[in-house]
Amino acid sequence: MSYTIDSKAVSQEPRPGQCLRTFIRDAGVFGVKKGCDQGDCGACTVWLDGVPVHSCLMPAHRAKDKQVTTVQGLEHDGHLHPVQQAFCDAQAFQCGFCAAGMIMTVAALDEEQRADLPRNLKGNLCRCTGYRAIEDAVHGIRSTDDDIAGAACGASLPNPFTQGIVTGHARYTMDVAVENLLHLKVLRSPHAHARIVSIDQSKARAIPGVVEVFTWEDVPRKLFSSATHEDHLVDPDDMYVLDNVARFVGQRVAAVVAETEAAAEAGCRALQVEYEILPAVFDPVEAMQDGAPILHSKGNEAKGNIFVTIKGEVGNVESGFAEAAVVHEKTYSTSRVQHAHLETHGSIAWRGEDGRLHVRTSTQAPFIAHQKLCYLFGIFPHDLHVFTERVGGGFGGKQEMVSEDLCLMATMKLGRPVKWEFTREEQFIGATTRHQMTTKVKLGAKADGTLTALEVHVVSNTGAYGGHGSETLAASLGSPLSAYRCKNKKADGHAVYTNMIPGGGFRGYGASQSTFAIECAMDDLAEKLGMDGFAIRRKNMIGPDDVIESVWSDPSDVSFGSYGLDECLDLVEAALANGEGLPAPEGNWAEGTGIALSVLESGPPTEHRSGGEMRLLPDGSYHLAVGSTEMGNGSINSHRQIAASILGTRGNNVDIINADTDLTPYDTGTFASTGTVVAGQAVALTAKALHDNIVSYAARITDTPVEDWSLVDDAVMNGNRRIELTELYKIGTEAGHRFDAKRKAYLSPRTIAFNVQGVRLAVHRVTGEVRVLHSVHAADIGRPINPMQCRGQLEGAVAMGYGWALTEHMVYDDHGKMLNPALRNYHIPAFADTPRTKIMFADTHDTIGPLGAKAQGECAINAVAPAVSNALANATGVRFAHLPFSPDRIFDQLSVTA
Amino acid sequence: MDLNTVRAVRTPARLDEIADWPSGHAWLAGGTWLMSEPQLAVDTLVDLHGLGWEDLAVSGEGVEIAATCPISKVANFVGPAEWPAAPLFKACAHSLLMSFKVAGVATVGGNICMSLPAGAMISLTVALEATYTLWPRDGAPRTVYSGDFVTANHANILAPGELLRSIHIPAAALSKRFAIRRASLTHLGRSAALLIGTSGPDRDLLLTITAATPRPIQLRFGALPSAEEVRAAIDAAIPADGYFDDVNGTPAYKRHVTYHFAEEIRAELAAVESKA
Ligand SMILES: Cc1cc2nc3c(=O)[nH]c(=O)nc-3n(C[C@H](O)[C@H](O)[C@H](O)COP(=O)(O)OP(=O)(O)OC[C@H]3O[C@@H](n4cnc5c(N)ncnc54)[C@H](O)[C@@H]3O)c2cc1C
Ligand code: FES
Ligand code: FES
Repeated sequence: MSYTIDSKAVSQEPRPGQCLRTFIRDAGVFGVKKGCDQGDCGACTVWLDGVPVHSCLMPAHRAKDKQVTTVQGLEHDGHLHPVQQAFCDAQAFQCGFCAAGMIMTVAALDEEQRADLPRNLKGNLCRCTGYRAIEDAVHGIRSTDDDIAGAACGASLPNPFTQGIVTGHARYTMDVAVENLLHLKVLRSPHAHARIVSIDQSKARAIPGVVEVFTWEDVPRKLFSSATHEDHLVDPDDMYVLDNVARFVGQRVAAVVAETEAAAEAGCRALQVEYEILPAVFDPVEAMQDGAPILHSKGNEAKGNIFVTIKGEVGNVESGFAEAAVVHEKTYSTSRVQHAHLETHGSIAWRGEDGRLHVRTSTQAPFIAHQKLCYLFGIFPHDLHVFTERVGGGFGGKQEMVSEDLCLMATMKLGRPVKWEFTREEQFIGATTRHQMTTKVKLGAKADGTLTALEVHVVSNTGAYGGHGSETLAASLGSPLSAYRCKNKKADGHAVYTNMIPGGGFRGYGASQSTFAIECAMDDLAEKLGMDGFAIRRKNMIGPDDVIESVWSDPSDVSFGSYGLDECLDLVEAALANGEGLPAPEGNWAEGTGIALSVLESGPPTEHRSGGEMRLLPDGSYHLAVGSTEMGNGSINSHRQIAASILGTRGNNVDIINADTDLTPYDTGTFASTGTVVAGQAVALTAKALHDNIVSYAARITDTPVEDWSLVDDAVMNGNRRIELTELYKIGTEAGHRFDAKRKAYLSPRTIAFNVQGVRLAVHRVTGEVRVLHSVHAADIGRPINPMQCRGQLEGAVAMGYGWALTEHMVYDDHGKMLNPALRNYHIPAFADTPRTKIMFADTHDTIGPLGAKAQGECAINAVAPAVSNALANATGVRFAHLPFSPDRIFDQLSVTA
Repeated sequence: MDLNTVRAVRTPARLDEIADWPSGHAWLAGGTWLMSEPQLAVDTLVDLHGLGWEDLAVSGEGVEIAATCPISKVANFVGPAEWPAAPLFKACAHSLLMSFKVAGVATVGGNICMSLPAGAMISLTVALEATYTLWPRDGAPRTVYSGDFVTANHANILAPGELLRSIHIPAAALSKRFAIRRASLTHLGRSAALLIGTSGPDRDLLLTITAATPRPIQLRFGALPSAEEVRAAIDAAIPADGYFDDVNGTPAYKRHVTYHFAEEIRAELAAVESKA
C-alpha cells in the first residue's frame, strides 16, 4: 500500500515523469484542478504529509509512503473544515475553479503567514474575485444573508453550488471519468503566415497509441467563424476546422488522436510538415497599405485586409471644431490581453447509448456551438447534445467555439469518446484575445467646457480571423461616445486582418478600448481648459432627458430604464475625499488622483434571446430550466432569486438547471451583459406565468376570485385559507392540470448602466513603480438582485481593469511569436497586485430590466484603465496614452526631480 | 505537468549507484522547474532526494548549504548576531517569484543550476562570496568561486552530468554589513534587478548586480567609492547592450534601475559608515 490519497489506498503506480496532479485525478479525485500545470496558479494545491505543495510540480513518485490530502479529504466527521466553512460564509469564489487550491493553501497557513497574505497567497491566482472575498474568508467575515421566503430578491444568498465548490465535488468540464477515452492534441503553426505544402504522417502513425491523424484534407471544406452570436452573419465565415494556410503563429495545423495524451503529443511532434512561408503583416496600419500581404480572399472583406469599416456622423464636426475655443487631439492605444480564465478551454465528445452525439464543454454559448457543429458536420440537430456542467470562468473567452469541433469530428470518425483539454500555453497562443485598438480622439469645447465636437477614429487589429471584429468595432464607436452630450459627433473605424492571434469577445467588448481613449482625452481637454475631471464630465455627460446617441441618428432601442450617472459621480467624489485609503509612501513618489466614467448598454445591439421553463414539483418545490450559462458570473443564483421572489418562496426551494441543449430552452449565450437582462427576464416571465398558473388553479377549484390568492413559501393563501402546495399539486395533477410554464425573452428595449472609477495612486519617480492608495467605484446597475454577488462582479471587473492598466501584456517577437505564453510571465494580478476597491451602488430601480435590475458584470472594467492614466497624469503631468503602464514602459517619461 | 518523454526515474541512495550518464539523463532536485515545462530532451530523471545530504550547517567557518537544501530553509535561516549579513538569506529567498509552497520544494542547488538572471540564490551566494563544490562525473571534486559559475542566461560551467554538491558561504562575508535593492514589474514579482552591496570592516564595497544582467556582475571597491566612481565602474563592466532582455523588464529599464540602486546602496552603506 504505498500511495494514499485522502486516506484511501491507491493501487496504481505513477508513470515515470508523471506529476502528482494527474496521478490524483487518474484515481478519480477531481477536486484537484489544473489552471496552468506549471506551478503558477495554485489551483492544484494538495498536502503531502500535511505540507501544502503544487501537485503539478511534484513528481508523483515522491508521494510514495506519504499521505496525500486533497480538498475532498478535508472534511472531518461530516463537517466542513473551518476554512471550507469560512469560504462558504464569505463566498470567497465566483467560478470556484481556484477555490480548491485556495482552501488547501489557506488551511495550511500559520498565524504569521496569515498576517502577510500578499506574500503567502502569491502562489494562488484567482481571476474572478479581485481577492477581497478571499481575504474576508481568511478573516472569518460572513457576507451571506439568510434565505427567507419572499425576500430572495435583494438578498445576498450564497451560490447554490457552494457545498460542491468548497469540497471539491463540483464537476467542471474535465472532472469526469470516461471509459475508453481517446485524447486529442493539435500541432500548431510555428509560422505567422504559411501555406502547408505537405504533411507526412507516417512517423506519427507509427507511434504506439496513435489512432488517427486529421489534417485539412480530412475536414469538411466549409467556412465558418468560431465566434458565437445569435446572428451568425455578424461574424465572417473565414476559417476552416483545419486549413491549408496558417495565418498566425499558433493556428491549428493538424490533430492527432491517441490512447494517451503522451502518445498524442508525440504524434504531433512526429508530423513532418512542409511549409511555404508567406510574407506576414502584424500591424493593422501597415496591413491597410497597398502591397501588404493579403490574408483572406473569401469575399467577406471590405477591401484588402480591411474586414470592415464602420462610420457615422451626427451634426457636423467641422463646424463644431470651428466653434470651439479649445481643441484637443491625441492618439491613445490599448494592448492585447488574454482572458486567462482559470479553467482552460476543453471538451469531451462521445456517442451515447441513445445513438446521439454528446459534447460536454466549457462554453458560454452551448446553443450556438450546437448550431455551428450541426452545420459543420451535417448533423441533424436532434442528434446532437451540447452542454456545460460547471465552467471555470469565461470573460468572453468562451464566447468562442475552439475545442468542440475537433473532438466531435474525431468521435464521429472513431466511434470512441474523445477529449481535448487546452494547455495554458495554448490559451495564450491558440485561443482569442482582446482586440488591440488604436484610437485617435479629437475634442472641441467652448471656454466654459461645453463640448462642441467629438471625433473618434479607431483602428482595430482583428488578427488572422474576423470573429467579433465588426461587433467590437461597432461597440467601440457606440456607448463610449453616447456618454457625452454633443451636437456634433463623428466616428469611423476599421477592423483589419493581420497575422496576429485573432481578437475575440472580452469583458467590455470594444467599448473598453475606446472608453480608455475618450476618458483620457476628456481629462486632457479639461487640463487645457483649467477644469477638473469632475467638472468637465458634469458639464457634458449625458443626462436623463438627453437622447442616447453616438454617431448614428436612426431610432434606437436603448433608453434610460433608470439613470444614476450623476449619483455615481457624487459617490466617487465623496469617497475620494473622505481621507480613507493609504497615505503616499515616503520618498520620491508623486501622488495623483483620477476618475473615469463608462456607459454600457445592457445587452448587444444584435439579436439575443433566452427562455425559461418552470415546474412545480410534488414536494412543493420548484424546478427551473434556463439555457444561459454560469461561469462565475452568478447568473444561476440570481435567476433562482428572481424566480423565488416572484413565487414568494426561498431561493433554496428553486432547483435550477442551465446551459444544456437537451434539458433547457434555447438561449443565445451568456455574454454581452445578458445574464440578467435577457435570461433573467425569461426567468421572471416564466416564474410569473407559473405563479399565475398556480393561483388561478387554486381560485378555480375553490371557486373564488384569483386576486384573493397569493403564493407563500409552500402554500397558496386566501385570507386564512391555506392550501399546501403539495396538496394542490396532488389535486391538480390527478385532475389532469399541469403546473408548469414556459416563456421566452428577447432583448429590446435595452437599458443602460453606468460606472465611475476613482483612483488615488503614487508613482515612484525613478523606478516607475505604481501603488494604488485608494480605489473607489460606483455603479448604477439598478436594483442589485444579490448585492454580495454584484459587489463581487464589480470587484472582479475592477481587478481585471487594474491588470489591463498595470501588469498584463502579450509580448511578441518580430515574427509574431508570443514571448510570454505562461502565467509566470503574463502577469494577471495576484493578491499583492490587487488593491481593495470600495464598491458603491447608485440607488436606482430600473424600469426595463427584470425586478429593477440591469447588467453589472461587464461595464465596470471600462473605467479603470483611464482612471489610472488620469491619476498618473495628475501625479506627474505626463499623459501615458498607451497601455499598459508597467514600470519599464513609463519610467523614462517620469520627471526625475522631486 | 507530466513529463511525457520520461521513461525512467532513478532514485539512488548513494551517488555511486549512478555509473553512467547517457544523454537524456537529468538530475531531479526539487523538480519545480523541470516539472513546469515539457522536457523533450529528458528521458531519465535521477532523483537527488534520497541522498540524505544535510541541508544547512553552521560553523565558525561560515555556512555550508547542500545543493538539495530547500529554499524555504534559507528563507527561515536566522544567523548569529555576529553575522550582520545573515538577514540576506531571507531577503533573497523572498526575492523569488515562487510561492512559499514552491520554495518548500525548490532547492538552492536547483536555483543555482538553472542559472536564470532572476535566480536569487545566485545573488545571495555571489554577494556573500561563496564557493561551490562541484562533483564531476569522473575526476575529483572541484571548487569554484560562485561568481564564475553562471556564464549566461540559463547557462553555466557544469559539464554534462556534473553535480553541484554544496555551497560554502565564508564567515568573513557574513560579518559584513549589507544593503539590498530590488525592482520588479509587479508587486512581489520576478526580479528585474537585484543588487546587493556588502561592506566590511576595512570600509570596502562589494557590489553584486543580478537579474538586470544575463549573469552576475560583481564590482569590488577597496574603499567606499564616490557616486561617480560607482557609475564609472558600472559603465566599464556592463556595455549599454549588456542588460538582459526579457518580459520581466526592458534592458533600458534594467539599466536605469541598476544605476539608481547602485547609488542608493553606496549611499546607504556610506551613511552607516559615517555614523559609526
Ligand atoms: C512559480 C514559480 C516561480 C519561480 N520563480 C523563480 C524565480 O523567481 N527565479 C528563478 O531563478 N527561478 C524561478 N523559478 C524556476 C525554478 O523553479 C527555480 O529556479 C528553482 O529554484 C529550481 O530548483 P529545483 O530544485 O526545483 O530544480 P529542478 O527543477 O529540480 O532542476 C532545475 C535544473 O537544475 C538541474 N539541477 C538541479 N539540481 C542540480 C544539482 N545539484 N547539480 C546539477 N544540476 C542540478 C536540473 O537537472 C534542472 O536542469 C520558478 C518556478 C516556479 C514554478
Ligand atoms: S495547476 Fe499547479 S500551479 Fe497551476
Ligand atoms: S473564482 Fe477564483 S478563479 Fe474563478
